[in-house]
Amino acid sequence: MAKQYDAGVKEYRETYWTPDYTPKDTDILACFKITPQDGVPREEVAAAVAAESSTGTWTTVWTDLLTDLDYYKGRCYAIEDVPGDDTCFYGFVAYPIDLFEEGSVVNVLTSLVGNVFGFKALRALRLEDIRFPVAYVMTCNGPPQGIQVERDILNKYGRPLLGCTIKPKLGLSAKNYGRACYEGLRGGLDFTKDDENVNSQPFMRWRHRFDFVMEAIHKAEAETGERKGHYLNVTAPTSDEMMRRAEYAKEIGAPIIMHDYLTGGLSANTQLAQWCQNNGMLLHIHRAMHAVLDRNPHHGIHFRVLTKVLRLSGGDHLHSGTVVGKLEGDRDATLGWIDIMRDSFIKEDRSRGIFFDQDWGSMPGVIPVASGGIHVWHMPALVSIFGDDSCLQFGGGTLGHPWGNAAGAAANRVAVEACVEARNMGVELEKEGKDILTKAAAHSPELKIAMETWKEIKFEFDTVDKIDVAHK
Amino acid sequence: MSDVQDYNSSLSDAAQSRKFETFSYLPPLSAESARAQIQYIVDKGWNPGIEHTEPENAISNYWYMWKLPMFGETDVDAIMAEIEACHKAHPENHVRLLGFDNFAQSAGAAMVVHRGKSV
Repeated sequence: MAKQYDAGVKEYRETYWTPDYTPKDTDILACFKITPQDGVPREEVAAAVAAESSTGTWTTVWTDLLTDLDYYKGRCYAIEDVPGDDTCFYGFVAYPIDLFEEGSVVNVLTSLVGNVFGFKALRALRLEDIRFPVAYVMTCNGPPQGIQVERDILNKYGRPLLGCTIKPKLGLSAKNYGRACYEGLRGGLDFTKDDENVNSQPFMRWRHRFDFVMEAIHKAEAETGERKGHYLNVTAPTSDEMMRRAEYAKEIGAPIIMHDYLTGGLSANTQLAQWCQNNGMLLHIHRAMHAVLDRNPHHGIHFRVLTKVLRLSGGDHLHSGTVVGKLEGDRDATLGWIDIMRDSFIKEDRSRGIFFDQDWGSMPGVIPVASGGIHVWHMPALVSIFGDDSCLQFGGGTLGHPWGNAAGAAANRVAVEACVEARNMGVELEKEGKDILTKAAAHSPELKIAMETWKEIKFEFDTVDKIDVAHK
Repeated sequence: MSDVQDYNSSLSDAAQSRKFETFSYLPPLSAESARAQIQYIVDKGWNPGIEHTEPENAISNYWYMWKLPMFGETDVDAIMAEIEACHKAHPENHVRLLGFDNFAQSAGAAMVVHRGKSV
């Protein structure tokens, strides 16, 4: 018999708390860390999260009865304690795939992290993980080229890629900037990189930068016989302008361009990634603004979610944190989202903060980029943690070399190759790191000086956002 | 300033400046190290392959294959012998060793094991 219309406010849990529900393979699943206001029951607040992030609103409306709400609603199907924290709990929500436009992470996020995050019954809310069903994954374009294609384009195999962000990040003229790139590339880097702050300011308009940087690439390639690139940042005030810069980069033969996917926006990013795929360009992704979203352990969006979102939207490189450098990053959690970037299937693993199995189907992987406060002494640990399919990016650790960028680049290149050689011979990198570097420095004065310059620098602050562990 | 060392690299000094990707910033691989790298390729389950080129054509993706990749070959001595046979037949050429990972459809390892005279 059809339902009758009963106006007024109903408790969310009557409709949206369904502990007997078994999630379907096609459902989009989400794990929220929910911190309720005092006195609000868990089931009610968890059901409210499911409702407000899907079909529900605060009151019954007659138009609910024109559709099959039981089919379309999101529902909370499980609640779990958060280990070590009694102020909050995990709520698991299943959404039918029909709720989301195909190929649109924009649409998924608008629902899952939309109005619900300002909901009054919540003190705080954090989206810990999303399981994208492979049926949804296959509607997305994903990384423009992927790891294997990038290696083939650049002819670089069996080692991490090496990069460097050009500094000072603001204020250089285009010609001086190109000089800094050239010096790094001729010294042995694979890539140099625009800082994310570099767009098209009065001191250096984008077009001049692109032209001078391309000359740097061409000359360094002729000099070393190796293939080189520079992440030309095409992040722009409008997506039309972004595309204009991307088209010009292609016209002058640049192999790779760059975008900031959070500040630039996911629509623009997805558009650019699709264009890159159709035009044979690699796409490096920076993540400015991520820490605003992902650093608070109780509120926001975990970076592993932002990682999945980027892989779906499209990018060939994504900054991942370094574990060992100047920026925040718990080791186990970082290893978890590195797998999310690169692997085709990732199993649930709570010790690394992974709440769901994730199947990427045939979608290519993303290269994690370790960048921020790292130098040659970190190299053994970086090679051990990140492995070959990674890009290790030394900014100050290249440009701050006492003999200049080329020597700084050579020092890093010698160090990374020495670590890879030793690893392949079965040496434990993190244990024998000092010996490996010291031995390599015997034939590389550039590395020797680098080791003397940076020996004492350490960053030993504890991480703010840690994996939830039991304290009882 | 006298403490600063010049970085010696130029278009005209090929021998000093031209590089060959992985391991080319290290001294040429010793026989012992080469054997260890081959063992690594074998242990990974990759298929060893040998390629060579005239130095002036080194930038090409397609170097000349020396015979076919050695599918399923796990004997380090046999692989070393093929490298030497290739080098002997083409003493002026660069010779590189690859480890083909058929699951990734990519080389898991690649290194130049004999360097010709760069141009």
